[in-house]
Amino acid sequence: MKRLIVFLTILGTFALTAHAQTETLIRNATVLTVTQGTLQNTDVLLRNGKIAAVGKNLKASANARVIDGTGKFVMPGIIDCHSHSMLDTINEGTLAVTSMVRTQDVLNTTDVDLYRELAGGVTTLNLLHGSANPIGGLNTVVKIKYGRPASEFLFPGAMPGIKFALGENVKRSSQPNLPGVTRRYPNTRMGVEETIRDAFTRARDYKRTWDEYREAVKKDKNLMPPRRDLQLEPLVEILEGKRYVHAHCYIASEILMLISIADEFGFKIKTFQHVLEGYKVAKEIAAHGAGASIFADSWGYKIEAYDAIPYNAAIMTRAGVVVSMNSDSDERARRLNIEAAKAMHWGDLTEEQALKLVTLNPAIQLGIQERVGSIEVGKDADIAIWNGHPFSVYARVDTTFIDGDVYFDREKDLARRPELAKERATLEQAEPNKPPARGQSPQTPRRRPSSHEDDAEVEKP
Amino acid sequence: MRLCAFAGEKQMKILLTLILCAGSVVAQQIGNPTTQQGVLPPRGTFAIRNARIVTVTGPDIENGTVVIRDGKIEAVGTNVSVPAGAQTIDGRGLSVYPGMIDAGTNMGLVEVPQGANGTVDLSEVGDLNPNAKAIIAVNPHSAHIGVTRVEGITNTLTAPTGGLISGQAALINLLGTAPKEMAVVPQAALVINYPRIGFGGGGFGGGFQQPTNLADTLTANERQVEQIRKMLRDAEAYGRAQDAYAKDKSVPRPDRNVVLEPLVPYVRGEQPVIFRADREAEIRGAIRFAEEMKLKPIILGGNDAWKVASLLKEKNIPVILTGIFSLPSREDDAYDALYENPAKLQQAGVRFCISTGDAGPEVRNLAQYAGMAAAFGLSKSDAVKSVTLYPAQILNVADRLGSIEVGKMANLVVTDGDLLEIRTRIKYLLIDGRPVVLSSRHTELNDAFKNRK
Repeated sequence: MKRLIVFLTILGTFALTAHAQTETLIRNATVLTVTQGTLQNTDVLLRNGKIAAVGKNLKASANARVIDGTGKFVMPGIIDCHSHSMLDTINEGTLAVTSMVRTQDVLNTTDVDLYRELAGGVTTLNLLHGSANPIGGLNTVVKIKYGRPASEFLFPGAMPGIKFALGENVKRSSQPNLPGVTRRYPNTRMGVEETIRDAFTRARDYKRTWDEYREAVKKDKNLMPPRRDLQLEPLVEILEGKRYVHAHCYIASEILMLISIADEFGFKIKTFQHVLEGYKVAKEIAAHGAGASIFADSWGYKIEAYDAIPYNAAIMTRAGVVVSMNSDSDERARRLNIEAAKAMHWGDLTEEQALKLVTLNPAIQLGIQERVGSIEVGKDADIAIWNGHPFSVYARVDTTFIDGDVYFDREKDLARRPELAKERATLEQAEPNKPPARGQSPQTPRRRPSSHEDDAEVEKP
Repeated sequence: MRLCAFAGEKQMKILLTLILCAGSVVAQQIGNPTTQQGVLPPRGTFAIRNARIVTVTGPDIENGTVVIRDGKIEAVGTNVSVPAGAQTIDGRGLSVYPGMIDAGTNMGLVEVPQGANGTVDLSEVGDLNPNAKAIIAVNPHSAHIGVTRVEGITNTLTAPTGGLISGQAALINLLGTAPKEMAVVPQAALVINYPRIGFGGGGFGGGFQQPTNLADTLTANERQVEQIRKMLRDAEAYGRAQDAYAKDKSVPRPDRNVVLEPLVPYVRGEQPVIFRADREAEIRGAIRFAEEMKLKPIILGGNDAWKVASLLKEKNIPVILTGIFSLPSREDDAYDALYENPAKLQQAGVRFCISTGDAGPEVRNLAQYAGMAAAFGLSKSDAVKSVTLYPAQILNVADRLGSIEVGKMANLVVTDGDLLEIRTRIKYLLIDGRPVVLSSRHTELNDAFKNRK
């Protein structure tokens, strides 16, 4: 038995390190460092999963992979601060407070949209619960290690978080009134406030019960501990500053409402998500110290989105709010570079400010800014090589690295296509895949909607 | 109007400053943004000088001049004299493009789709509504229109969506105080939803997809096609009866029928019929059906068009591509299958144009859809054509729209850079020869709140 454990330990160590042993030198590229400006004709050395050096005429070891970066742009991997990719389910919507459920329990590592996001230069996702309830489930921050087991996706050291939500989705505004069916509380923005207040009031009492127990147990080792409450535990972590709140919201009044509750209970909102009317209350958001994670220009898809404007990023940034640009959609996640560039078109942010919207700022919002979000020596080798400036509509990604390993390579992707086409043709001819003359058609696997159902896109013409 | 009294370059600068400032003046009524205009800006004589002119149909002209008079392009070139009294725009460092056209929208038919049903005029009750005309319901005062045109989109095809025969789409200018003033072609095309295969129990996004009985689905499908066929045949017969009566009053007078009557020019192949179809089987079905009925088809959607390219080429059927930014429908599709779709059609010689396919709010991003196609194989000049000349050709209005040529409607965009680049700004905008104020509900809300301390 002992021998087996030793063997497994060796195997485990091998599995962990085997992937990060590669060394890559990107030569003579334009490097968008985010924190140190744009460096022309610069080399970037990736070693042991980290950015080992940034500079001119760097030397690599003999077996390093060397990439000619002439005419190419190197950018930090994009961080999407609002995603539902790879979640088999999004909303536990039966209760108004579901802080006991975890997105980490429903990760689908084979979701092909992950690959499509890698092809857009995205490397990190904040996987959030849906917006069906005032207090939703717990989030998961992942690196898109497509092809690896779920445990390797988890971003080490990312701050635990939770989803809150306000407004129309929480009120179940688009749910029909059915005879004989009682509507779930709350039904108004007043009820949303009360629901959150009630939950934190209970959480505060629960925390007190545990604090008292921990004091008392020092004197009496035989004391029975209080019963654990899985719903309130995450809320206690929020009160203790150990868990970030990511709060879906739209209109100005509900943003102020949540700031007011947070101030009253002594905790912080880490990010307001969507926050379409954030520009109307930018100074209050800044004063609270909250960040904002927004769409570039989505608007008009429902009543609470009718006052959204594409100048939101600029106004909030100038007010001192840390702003990020997110997708909330597997589709949009593939082109967050374009979304960030829009903040230069609408509202005149500088290139550096706009770059931060999808790199350093979301990293700050997830507590991973020491690891990712800029190209600096010592940070994780999570980068993408683009064939043009990523803020150009004509640019696309050549290669995406996570921890120094290649997770997307356009050349390899293109090279594999004929072989895959052949494989598909063969499979289509296989007996089990032939459509029957009569009866049931072949089953198609169930897929979650690719964009957040609550923010469903408007009907296509 | 006072603006017309101005002449000369200096005055024009003042005029344009006024135009640009108008947004912020209006916006001082905080919380009450208004982009609605009760008076059309007047046509006049304008000259854009010393600009790079992207004519689209001919080579680009450096340091050129465009003269606009009474709504039309009067002259284009380097050797063009500016008429006396013309208001001039200094185009140094700027580029002039034809206005962009989105041929696949519902612009003006819906304001807020969710939670405000009263603002939704997309689809009529029932399956067969050829007489539902978009031009009747299009809202000239929709906030979407102002928000869209300030990004350089001057025209949209606005289509109803419901049932099998949805109704008739209108080609409009994104300027006007009444639908009639906006209409370029009030009844531009008949819109048919070609029956979709394989969505028996389908829900949005396939989330609740149920196993379907293929045989049943195909039967249901055929039944729907037959419904369309029957109505079109009725319209043919109706047209023949009316013609016969017109020639010979001694034959029994056929009753007029407001539902069949509008179909006559479509069943006679005089006007285009748009088929919404994305999947290969649907596109092939639509082509077969159009051929059988001798219609003049256009495919709208066209996600699988690249798989049907040779047939589309052979039959000379154009495609309005709306899915550039859609996720590929199959897990094993190439990640860029839909980004590449336009380039593949171009290579195969299929006529196509690029559309957002959006109801309204996202139409302003049309340039990025075309730009993405250029990132994946389409030439930059074809990308520009795909949102200017190509939609004009497909909608049969290339004599009026889609390029900068003498005699065409003066729908012009003056930019500080590449039309399709995200960071490019629109500096001036003319629609139907009328200078348009570059404000919208969004600029007004920005002005109202950006300085809140």
